[in-house]
Amino acid sequence: MNQPATAGLKYAYYPGCSLEATAREYGQSVRAVCSHLGIELTEIQDWSCCGASSGHSTSRQLACTLAGRNLALAEEMGMDIAVACPACYIRLRNAHHEMQKDDRLREELSSVMSLSYKAERGARHLLDIIVNEIGLEDLKSKVVKPLKGLKLAAYYGCYLVRPPELVGFDDPENPRCLDDLLDALGAEARDWSGKVDCCGGSLSLSKREIAGRLVSELADMAGRAGAEAMVTACPLCHANLEMRQAGANGKKLPVFYFTELIGMALGIAEARSWLRRHLISPSGLLTSLGL
Amino acid sequence: MEIDRRFGEQVKEESGAEIDRCYQCLTCSLGCPSAFAMDYLPHQIVRMVQLGLRQEVLTSSTIWVCADCQTCATRCPNEVDLVGMMDVLRETSLREGLVKERAVADFHRIFLGNIAQWGRQHELSLIIKLKLKTRDLFSDLPSGIEMLKKGKLKMLPERFKEIKSVREIFRRAEK
Repeated sequence: MNQPATAGLKYAYYPGCSLEATAREYGQSVRAVCSHLGIELTEIQDWSCCGASSGHSTSRQLACTLAGRNLALAEEMGMDIAVACPACYIRLRNAHHEMQKDDRLREELSSVMSLSYKAERGARHLLDIIVNEIGLEDLKSKVVKPLKGLKLAAYYGCYLVRPPELVGFDDPENPRCLDDLLDALGAEARDWSGKVDCCGGSLSLSKREIAGRLVSELADMAGRAGAEAMVTACPLCHANLEMRQAGANGKKLPVFYFTELIGMALGIAEARSWLRRHLISPSGLLTSLGL
Repeated sequence: MEIDRRFGEQVKEESGAEIDRCYQCLTCSLGCPSAFAMDYLPHQIVRMVQLGLRQEVLTSSTIWVCADCQTCATRCPNEVDLVGMMDVLRETSLREGLVKERAVADFHRIFLGNIAQWGRQHELSLIIKLKLKTRDLFSDLPSGIEMLKKGKLKMLPERFKEIKSVREIFRRAEK
């Protein structure tokens, strides 16, 4: 599929709301890893919330203009957006797609912002940028501390892969890029069948019983596949997996952000401090493996 | 049971979902993660929209316990955009005050209210407002306290200069 053109590895950075609060460790690891890998992120000044699932459940125009506002700011900076939250990512991609074909929406946004948005700049997910722009060979060559012995379940969830015509940079049913990335870091990605199943994150606060059941099934599946921890690229999945896991036999699976693991493998000094914010501590697991 | 013959056409028009293509293969329902919590399964909702069972659809739990995971539309062999259909059904249900799952709709309202006020989401106040609204104060208290201790919840909302245009976006969308 067509990805927006990149200007070197310089992006307008859209952190999104979670990466500054509940997913602070994700935000910190994203910045550290990008700087280490030579991906230049310039934060969009005055970025606003993308509206997430509440926006498009309420009004299409609201969803498109809320997310579109950030695309217009990035276009003014002359760059595509780099985003790490898949829920923001799908809203930005959707707004971009809708604005490309709907003049009225584009004019609506331009008039609110008193600028002319041409829908030329789009958004890419950081996992896509690292896998497809930096490349796994290059990443592997920078690993100084391989994550040897760490058995992981790569969990993609929904918006990195679905709907494929809008967001997909990998197969929607059996994506491999995160598995390959973990292998490149020296860890062992276990094959499992839950990688694109939904965790119910959008209902985590309003329908706890649904989210709880989905999360516990996922953790159970990952455990049975031999994984000792799960890996995500989504702040909503992370919070949901940490908060709602029932913990079969009193044992809960730790959940890593993929950027935290990259940081550890690249030998970034502050990596351990990110992990201290987790609700399910991975330190026992890491110590037992000498990591 | 009242039949509204215009309903199917309205939903198609507003969502662009080609619901007439559905041949009831059940792929959507089989892959749906929230199916166990639904009063009607996704393929049944499609059929009910076709038949014009307006009231039953708009007052169903299904449209609100849908987790918006996009699995149904991704796997549909006839490319029926169930996700777009669900959005339009939720929009209509909200507009007409027919919402069955109050907590989910309250969540969306509070979520958007915070953005209209501050331009960005403030998770701590989102959680507190929702807990007050749904009178469910204690269920997540332990993890909430843990998150505060670990610096995962900001005490105060972030502010930025250009909030005006965000408020204008809300004002115009409500028209």
